[in-house]
Amino acid sequence: MTTNIILAGVGGQGVLTVASILDLACLNNGLFFKQSEVHGMSQRGGVVYSHVRISDDVIYSDIIPLGHADVILATEPMELLRYLPFLKKDGWLLTDSETFENIANYPQKERILDTIKTFPNHMIIDASEIAQKIGNAKASNLVMLGVVSNHIPIKERALRAAIKSLFDKKGDRVLELNLKAFDAGREYAMELV
Amino acid sequence: MRHIVMGDEAVAQGALDAGISGVYAYPGTPSTEITEYIQKYKKEHHLDIHASWSTNEKTALEAALGMSYAGKRALVAMKHVGLNVAMDAFMNMAISGIHGGLVIAVADDPSMHSSQNEQDSRYLAHFAKIPIFEPSNQQEAYDGVRHAFNISEQLELPVLLRLVTRLAHSRSLVTFNVPDKQNEKSFIPNIDRFKMIPSKARPQYDKLVAKTQVLRSCAEESPFNQLSIGHDFSLGIVASGIAYNYLMENFEHNKCPYSVLKLSQYPLPYEQLKYLNDTCKQILVLEDGYPFIEEQLHDFFGNNNKVIGKLTRHLNRTGELNPDVVAKALGLKEIVNVEVPAFVQPRPPQLCEGCGHIDTFNALEEIQKIIGNKQIFGDIGCYALGALPPYNIISTLIDMGSSITMAKGAADAGVFPAIAIIGDSTFTHSGMTGLLDCVNDNAPVTIVISDNSAIAMTGGQDSSALAKLKNICLGLGVEPKHVRIMEPLPKNHEKNVALLKEEINYKGVSVIISQRACVRLPIDRKKIAKELSYV
Ligand SMILES: Cc1ncc(C[n+]2csc(CCOP(=O)(O)OP(=O)(O)O)c2C)c(N)n1
Ligand code: SF4
Repeated sequence: MTTNIILAGVGGQGVLTVASILDLACLNNGLFFKQSEVHGMSQRGGVVYSHVRISDDVIYSDIIPLGHADVILATEPMELLRYLPFLKKDGWLLTDSETFENIANYPQKERILDTIKTFPNHMIIDASEIAQKIGNAKASNLVMLGVVSNHIPIKERALRAAIKSLFDKKGDRVLELNLKAFDAGREYAMELV
Repeated sequence: MRHIVMGDEAVAQGALDAGISGVYAYPGTPSTEITEYIQKYKKEHHLDIHASWSTNEKTALEAALGMSYAGKRALVAMKHVGLNVAMDAFMNMAISGIHGGLVIAVADDPSMHSSQNEQDSRYLAHFAKIPIFEPSNQQEAYDGVRHAFNISEQLELPVLLRLVTRLAHSRSLVTFNVPDKQNEKSFIPNIDRFKMIPSKARPQYDKLVAKTQVLRSCAEESPFNQLSIGHDFSLGIVASGIAYNYLMENFEHNKCPYSVLKLSQYPLPYEQLKYLNDTCKQILVLEDGYPFIEEQLHDFFGNNNKVIGKLTRHLNRTGELNPDVVAKALGLKEIVNVEVPAFVQPRPPQLCEGCGHIDTFNALEEIQKIIGNKQIFGDIGCYALGALPPYNIISTLIDMGSSITMAKGAADAGVFPAIAIIGDSTFTHSGMTGLLDCVNDNAPVTIVISDNSAIAMTGGQDSSALAKLKNICLGLGVEPKHVRIMEPLPKNHEKNVALLKEEINYKGVSVIISQRACVRLPIDRKKIAKELSYV
């Protein structure tokens, strides 16, 4: 069985960090994976996305076929919508509620959220707000990872270990905050379910 | 043990384990991580190998040839358009041949995710008559590089390793094998083949042409070209590189009913293709990039339509392949998808807040108000975003270095003032020679070097231009009083506009070095840049 996840966001929101955590966790869990990414240049504020495919068997394509994503996980709601053609029937849409409006013609927020709400399986999470409360506004990506952790075939323990090994070098405080953000995301998702 | 690596890194590790004594490269998406990986590895393992950046792809390739001449193995890495720059060396080293193994990793970018074009490097290797290796996945990238070094030495030819963005920038698990030692320094007994004067080049070229058959058998016997025989002979499939993955993605449990030639090593293997041709009714060619294989197999007059693919519109003619377009070509059921709502807007990258290029643009905007918007010739780098709103400063952007030479040609045609804007790294990559042309003709051009002390666009690599720009310009003969320095900061706006106005009115060559470090550089490098700056 292959689980397909699209991670989406804006440059600087930590989308690729989430991808790296998933990679590491797969390695530790003995799972096959492929994770491809397209990111803009060095400059900020452009589109960033990654296709993560996880399986107990060999995976061929580095990119997910249309209509095959089990989950689209976004750190920004408009970015979520950009990948709708990849969504599987009954697939999940998960997004941070906070918009990042760095273009002149950014659509109305309500319109974006209303569109997401028309899908049966969606969760709109105040991840940025939660992260802020914890004391690390930048960790909204980890909150989102916590939210998605129930939708993927990787054990929580493996995800935790991966977060540890990724943030270990950055000191105890950073690691603690990121783990806290991850836990907050998990809790939030449990409450919703 | 398995390791998490992206395609680029698999190439890098494969080259390290093949015992390279050096990597020579100029950055370019999506190839940059190859060299960065080797640089990091070198540091961590205290290796004695060459790994610093070259000034451009031509200097990189020639230096690698020098290392190979001395008997050692060298890897070269670049993006596809880089090979155009290195083409002179590339063509001729195929004829002279090499000594120590030499592999040129070139990353193509179908769909132009971050490039001006989607040229297919396989044509250039075909043109030079050298073997091509095109991996389909990360493990094959690792194993393939090692294989490529071996065949390079065995055939005395450089080998082109072709990557595409989707493999270069995709991670998976790879098993590394026992590394080889570096070669000892050695010369070949008779070095005549490296003296490419006509009398010696002619027999060498004959030798290269005669090698075609050997290369073909080498591809035929390659473990990386595999023919699997199906049970449905209505179709046979040739799938090269990552196109193989898109094919297999469409069949559960590996069960493709058709015969498939999985292709990773060129020139095209005759026997396997002949088998497909003899046994199958039609042949579908799946390849990412241009229809390189298809053109070789296609019948020119289209009498039998036996070979199908991009030329016959069974697949998209431009842009990359993916599992979905391959499914369509196979006649499989299409999935009806949810569409992207029309109100979703594109989100192009933007210059970072506080970027010096912005202040340079703001000053140029005042000039543009006077001269109109068609006389500022641009170049490639972060500042290329000046071609888009909100700036709309740059009128042209063609290839690295062309800002200066196009401004000169336009000036020759009577355009005045003609302004070029170019980055520091692009200037040393390909701008210096154009500047010499300007000086020699005393062309009335104004060249703004937007110097941020880095190759910022590809991630902030060291720029060969660091602390050298002024002396280069003076050395090339620009009048000292027309080599000007400005610091692009909002507080200097008026001053900078005045300076620009002065220089554009000068009827000769002037260079304005607009100097402020990229804000994304780490503090220690910003400090060094500051110390070395002219401001
Ligand atoms: C022949 C070729 N090689 C490499 C590239 C990729 N590339 C384009 S511009 C550039 C360097 C940009 O550096 P610089 O001119 O200093 O501008 P900056 O990005 O720092 O503003 C690179 C590596 C390319 N487009 N063409
Ligand atoms: S990376 Fe550096 S040069 Fe590029 S936009 Fe950002 S600040 Fe400017």
